[in-house]
This record gives sequence, C-alpha cells and structure tokens, in this order.
Amino acid sequence: MTAVTALRGMPAADPIASATPVAPRLRIEDVRLEYTTRQGKTVLAIDDISIDVPDNQFAVIVGPSGCGKSSLLYLVAGLNEPTSGRILLGNEEVDGPGPDRGMVFQSYTLFPWLTVRENVEFGLKRRKLPQAERDEIVNRYLNETGLAAFHDAYPKQLSGGMMQRVAIARALANDPKILLMDEPFGALDSQTRNSMQKLLLRVWEQHKKTVLFVTHDIDEAILLGDRIYVMTARPGRLKEEVVVDIPRPRSLDMVMDPEFIAVKRKILELLKNEIKDDEH
Amino acid sequence: MARKRSIVDLCLTPKAEIPTGLRFAVSTLMWLLVIGAWSLATYGGFMQEIFLPSPTAVIAAFFRLFEDGTLGQHIWASVQVVVIGFVISSIIAVPLGLLMGTFRVVQAGLEPLVNFIRYLPVTSFVPLFILWIGIGIEQRIMVIFFGTFFQQLVMIADVSRGVQKDLINASYTLGATRRDAVLHVLAPAAMPGVLDTLRVTMGWAWTYLVVAELVAASSGLGYISMKAMRGFQVDVIFLAIAVIGLLGLLTDLVFRLLRMRLVAWAS
Repeated sequence: MTAVTALRGMPAADPIASATPVAPRLRIEDVRLEYTTRQGKTVLAIDDISIDVPDNQFAVIVGPSGCGKSSLLYLVAGLNEPTSGRILLGNEEVDGPGPDRGMVFQSYTLFPWLTVRENVEFGLKRRKLPQAERDEIVNRYLNETGLAAFHDAYPKQLSGGMMQRVAIARALANDPKILLMDEPFGALDSQTRNSMQKLLLRVWEQHKKTVLFVTHDIDEAILLGDRIYVMTARPGRLKEEVVVDIPRPRSLDMVMDPEFIAVKRKILELLKNEIKDDEH
Repeated sequence: MARKRSIVDLCLTPKAEIPTGLRFAVSTLMWLLVIGAWSLATYGGFMQEIFLPSPTAVIAAFFRLFEDGTLGQHIWASVQVVVIGFVISSIIAVPLGLLMGTFRVVQAGLEPLVNFIRYLPVTSFVPLFILWIGIGIEQRIMVIFFGTFFQQLVMIADVSRGVQKDLINASYTLGATRRDAVLHVLAPAAMPGVLDTLRVTMGWAWTYLVVAELVAASSGLGYISMKAMRGFQVDVIFLAIAVIGLLGLLTDLVFRLLRMRLVAWAS
C-alpha cells in the first residue's frame, strides 16, 4: 500500500505536453492463482504465468473463456491476491488496488448518481486536486473522447458505448501508469465496438500508455495490440507471445491485409487446440 | 401492413400498455363499484345500520368529530406516535443496515439475532411493554419501533449487499480509500433501495400503530375506534379506518416524491 499512498500526493503529469512519457514496465512473475469453491475444492485458475510487458506497449491477452484472463487482470489491479508469485509495476510490487493502475471493467461501472463530468472527476477529487485543475483535466478528456456535449448527462441516459467511453475517460483522467481493460467492448454491438476501437487507437497513439487489454475477439487483439499473449484453457498458462508488427497508425481496414491475416491465422491455430481440449 | 390492435386484444396481452383514458376509467369504475355495493347494502336495507353504516352516516360522523375538534386531536396523537417511532427506528436502522450488508463481521454478529427477533410477533410484546413502560406515548412508540426496526435492518442490509461489487472495485482503481468507498460509493448507490425500504416499512408502522392504540391508549385513531365499538358507533370505526388509510396514502405519496427528488438518477 506504501507505493500507492506515495502516488496520491504527486502532481498530475500533463499527458499531452509530454507526448511519450516512459511508462514503467509491468512484470508478472510466476503468478499462480488458486481458489476454494463452496464445496471446499481447490481450483487452479492460473498456473505459473510470467509476462513482461515493455514500456509504452499495448499488450493484449487472448484465450478461451474461463482461462483466467480476467482474473489475471484483477490481480494486476490489486483487487485480488495471487496465491504465489508477484507482480511489479516499475520497481513497486503490487499490493492492493491503487490509482496508478486505472481499470475499465467489462460491466458498466459508472457511478449512476454522478453525471458524466462528475464520474470523470471522481479520481481527481479523491486526490484532492483544486477545482480549477480538476475542471481543466476533465474538459480535456471529455473532448478527447467526444463526450463534451454529454457532460451533464447521467449514465442511465447513455448507450452502452457511451458509458464505456466515459469509463475510459475516467480512467485516463487519473493519469495512471498503466491502463487495464477487461473486455471493455464485449457487451457492445459490432458497429459500436468498431467505433470504440477506432477511438481507443486514436487516444492510445496520443498517450502511449502501457495497456493490458483482455479480449476474446482475435481481430480486436491484432488491431489494437503490439503483442498478444495467448493463454491456454483452464488452468490458464501462457501458451505463446505473438508480436504484431503491423505499423501504426492502424485502421479498421487492416483486417483485410495479408500481414493481418497471417497473424490471425497463427493465433487461431494456437487457440484451436485449446478450444478442442476444452470441449472434451 | 401492421393492423392496429384492438383494445380487447391489448387488455388480454400480458404486460401490454393500454390507453391512459382506459386505465383511468377502469380505476374509477372499481371505486364506484365498491361504493355502489356499499350504498346498495345500506340504503337498500340489506344490512342493519348498526353493523354497516351508510356512506352518509360516515360522512356525518366525520363532520361531527371534525367540528368538535376531537378528530384533529386524535389524528395528531396518532401521527406523533408513528412519526417519532418511525424516525427513531430509521435513524438507527439505515446506517446499521448498510454496515450489516457491507461488513461480513457485522453481518455475522447481527444477522442470526435479528432474524430471530424479527419473526417474533410484535403483539406478543405489548403486555411486556405495558408492564415495563406503562401506557403512555412511550409504550406506543416502542411498539412502532419494535415492529419496524428489525424489518428495516434486514431489508437495508439486503439493499447494501445488492450494490454491485465492481462499483467499489472501480472506485479503488481510481484512488478511493475504504472510507471513500463506503461514503462515496456504497451509501449513494444504496439510496434508492433505502428510500423504497422506508416507504414500505412506513406502511407497516401505521399497522402497528393501531395494534398499540387498541390495547392501551387514551388517544389516537385506534383508541377512538375501540371506544366506538363499546358504544356501537360503527360509523366512527369506519371513519377511523378511512382516516388511517388516507394518512397512509399521504405518507406513501411523500416518500414517492422524495424518491423522485433525491434519486432522480435512478428512475
């Protein structure tokens, strides 16, 4: 908790002025996660995963459902503790949740009693930033995510895609060292999902924050990621790390490019065996 | 292509909306039917006036008691008991219930005990309360408190248990402390459910009021109907019932408005 508390007092770095700040690297070392069911059975969810995400990289985790990819993200967020192993962000070991690891959840987690603006402001208020500074940061992120016109709306008035936009703005406004995204577009229809992917690509290319993104959508993984970690079926292990060498800026048309299709074929091949195993 | 569906069809389709006019007409018709049946039974001479008073007799009773001031005085006595009992109960039950639904240790400590007590009939405690605290207003307040508190506690604990855990997780990833999570996430998230609980339990408080006043009281709406029974004044009993119903309706309305005002974001 010490690392986290120390961070709260820090002034917010201006993410636009310093175009590519060096984000600290994320290291997941021999992480194992077991949990006990109500019947008292011990289940192994994650089996010895080690992942090293370099600075300013967009890392994606893909794997069959139930492979523990979301659980891994919760461990990085500090919302759950690994049974063994450790997770390091820069030189600090993760010990409990903190604002240095922003998260966008799969379920809608906007605070329904707060307006869009107040939602984005939530983390800044916890850090007790002065009102003027809060307003400036909030306005910047509302503009960046195309939410300026909706700043006074309540979450119930927004569509699913808009809510996730707010969730992204809320996480980014806090200027975290790493952004964790747990299937953030999983519940959206395909058109909305595409426009959200475009938005995320645009925003990410501006900030180049380290991102750890969980999805089961392979196209999404290749489109967004610099590297893709393919996981096995339960218990989740790291099967292979695939580096995506497609140049940026990327666009949605790329899904037809031969290099895109080559990566996709490779990942499908890796996953095919896992899904087959799963069905036995 | 799409043919307009007939009214009958709409009425027979589960959960289908019907025109506002029809809804209003059906509601009014029901009232008219009840009052009509009542009028027929009394004016038609099917029931003796001593058991079932006519509508005009009840209205006459209203003016009689209203003009000599007794009605106002008894309404005031009842409202006082209900409000004081309900407020004391709510002030303790809301925070305690939120804690009970949030912290497993509070739940472990309170839940078994509360679940036992809340199934004990309040009425069975009335003799004990009379013995302990007499027949003053304190005794009636105690009955209201005892009747609502434990129910409120369990319902509010359920409300706070129902708050989505990822809301709290999200607040942690934004830098909230545990204290922030309770005050700035859990409490506001539980607000709509808390107000609903208060509205429902307020209705029960009115029920326990009559229990308290029937047994031991020297004023209040329950008391005047008890007194009216001894004097065969059925019209006064009817009047007391109607007034309690109207007061209940009024408090319900107040809570509805309060909910619309305070938690507009939820509806």
